[in-house]
Amino acid sequence: MAENLQFAFSGLTVGTVYALVALGFTLIYNASDVINFAQGEFVMLGGMTTVFLAMAGLPLPLAALAAIASTVVVGLALHRLAIEPARTANPIVLIMITIGASIFLRGLAQVVFDKRFHTLPPIFGSEPIRIGGAAILPQSLVVLAGAVVIVVLLWAFVDRTLFGKALIATSANRLAARLVGIDTRQIVGFSFAVSAAIGAAAGILITPITLTSFDVGTLLALKGFAAAMLGGIGSALGAVVGGLLLGLLEAFAAGYLSSQYKDAVAFLVILAVLFAMPQGLFGKTRVERV
Amino acid sequence: MQDETLTPAARPIRSRLASLRRHPLALPAALTVLVAVTPLFLASSYHYRIAALVLIFALACLGLNLLMGYAGQISLGHAGFMGIGAYAVAIGPAHLGLPSWLSLLAGAALSALVAFIVGRPILRLKRHYLAVATLGFGLLIAIVLTNEAEFTGGPDGMAVERMQLFGWTAKGTVTWYWISAITFLLGAKLALNLIDSPTGRALRAIHDGEVAASVLGVDVARKKLAAFVLAAVYASVAGSYLALFNGHITPDVAGFLRSIELVAMVVLGGMGSILGSLVGTAVLVVLPQTLTVLHDYEHMVLGLIIICIMIFLREGIVPTLAAALGARRS
Repeated sequence: MAENLQFAFSGLTVGTVYALVALGFTLIYNASDVINFAQGEFVMLGGMTTVFLAMAGLPLPLAALAAIASTVVVGLALHRLAIEPARTANPIVLIMITIGASIFLRGLAQVVFDKRFHTLPPIFGSEPIRIGGAAILPQSLVVLAGAVVIVVLLWAFVDRTLFGKALIATSANRLAARLVGIDTRQIVGFSFAVSAAIGAAAGILITPITLTSFDVGTLLALKGFAAAMLGGIGSALGAVVGGLLLGLLEAFAAGYLSSQYKDAVAFLVILAVLFAMPQGLFGKTRVERV
Repeated sequence: MQDETLTPAARPIRSRLASLRRHPLALPAALTVLVAVTPLFLASSYHYRIAALVLIFALACLGLNLLMGYAGQISLGHAGFMGIGAYAVAIGPAHLGLPSWLSLLAGAALSALVAFIVGRPILRLKRHYLAVATLGFGLLIAIVLTNEAEFTGGPDGMAVERMQLFGWTAKGTVTWYWISAITFLLGAKLALNLIDSPTGRALRAIHDGEVAASVLGVDVARKKLAAFVLAAVYASVAGSYLALFNGHITPDVAGFLRSIELVAMVVLGGMGSILGSLVGTAVLVVLPQTLTVLHDYEHMVLGLIIICIMIFLREGIVPTLAAALGARRS
């Protein structure tokens, strides 16, 4: 029992980060149909920038805010300089551009920062809390709480503001959105900015637990993409559920089967789900127009 | 390029050139000349090595291009099949006592079988769901190769015995240049023949619209599966060659980054272009080698070049340039 609780907590912690990355994928996909493989790099930039600003003497909260702000600038630049000029291209070409961007950002981090692993001090220390026989790092609770805050803010924003409604309209039908006077280009740029902010925040929250380095983005992008697809691409609920599920699957597979095969188990389950539900758990069935 | 801009005398030459370009043997002949002439520009063993690597990866891309450019299906796990081929020629001689050439064939057969079995359910998925399923499949192979250390040597990889045929040992960069060159030419000819066959036309129909193709009587599931199996065999043979050429193999050959690289080669060169497979591969193999002089800035420049090519030559290098020259080629 205590063991299961332990697995569940560690799975939820990692799963939260997957969920946030998947949410970033979903936002950009909904606004623009682009699968942004540089999403993992946003997470890396958030963590690494905070580490280096803190090392330069900035207080931690300030360093975190500056890191999020600079990642947002990177996200906006990615949209303005790389995605927008190729707006009308084939989706696979746009995906290749984001892959090129992720190679570029990884190289940039290598030059601006360094190639070593870094960590941040946990906000509430590293004394584990005992719950039902399981030991939980306080930082895990910070990650969970942080994710809840991000999701609630995002929901409130999308559901309660005019700008959020424009975002929904754009994802529903871009042409119709333009016809009613929505600047869809601005909306897409905005979705890149918000995705970058979410990614950076996830990177800052998780760094005290999993460490960070210039190349953590690739694996996170891969897992986040898998989580988004498991939940059904385009569904925010699916992204969150898919991320948490993926984290839990990995944790329990590592605990009960083998830590070497935890990724294999996770992907076998994803394959099985997709074979049974080709649109993911919460995806909309799309009818092909002939 | 309008014909009006040409002098009257030049018009027949241009039309004859155009018809020459459309000749079914034009591209194979051009590729043969290219491959035969290239050694004149290769000054060292290192150059031969790079050229051989280009041809080996181009072979894998030929197959992937049939799947992506013609059947319109993406695979983000194609390096998995390269892994099967590579480890077949490593494990066959070392653990099973099979000769290398037989291991190579066995690897190709195994890849075809695996592709046939997993292809059926996977290819029912569409677009990004297909991407994530193939990605997962490729990862599964890489994970098995990494963890079954007893057979595969684990993350450090294993040595690969040199290939012997009738007492002759295939080694050296020049030898491997010619082996991979001839195989690439055969592979290209086979791909061109397929493209011109009813199957090729069926695949293009699927690419343009699955429902429309099935209404016209194309067995969509079967044709897609055929393209997937064929692409797997191309990748498997390329993987075997890579292992035999390097004499050592690690699970990286089947990794996610390798799969992405293969897709990048196809898209960069041009989807649906046989010549594009070679050009895209050449760019992505040669570029990182030349960029090493930039040391730390290597990845930044590589990323920038990929972005710029995709923005400015968005149909891929070969189709965009061909269109600019006023002649579309297949």
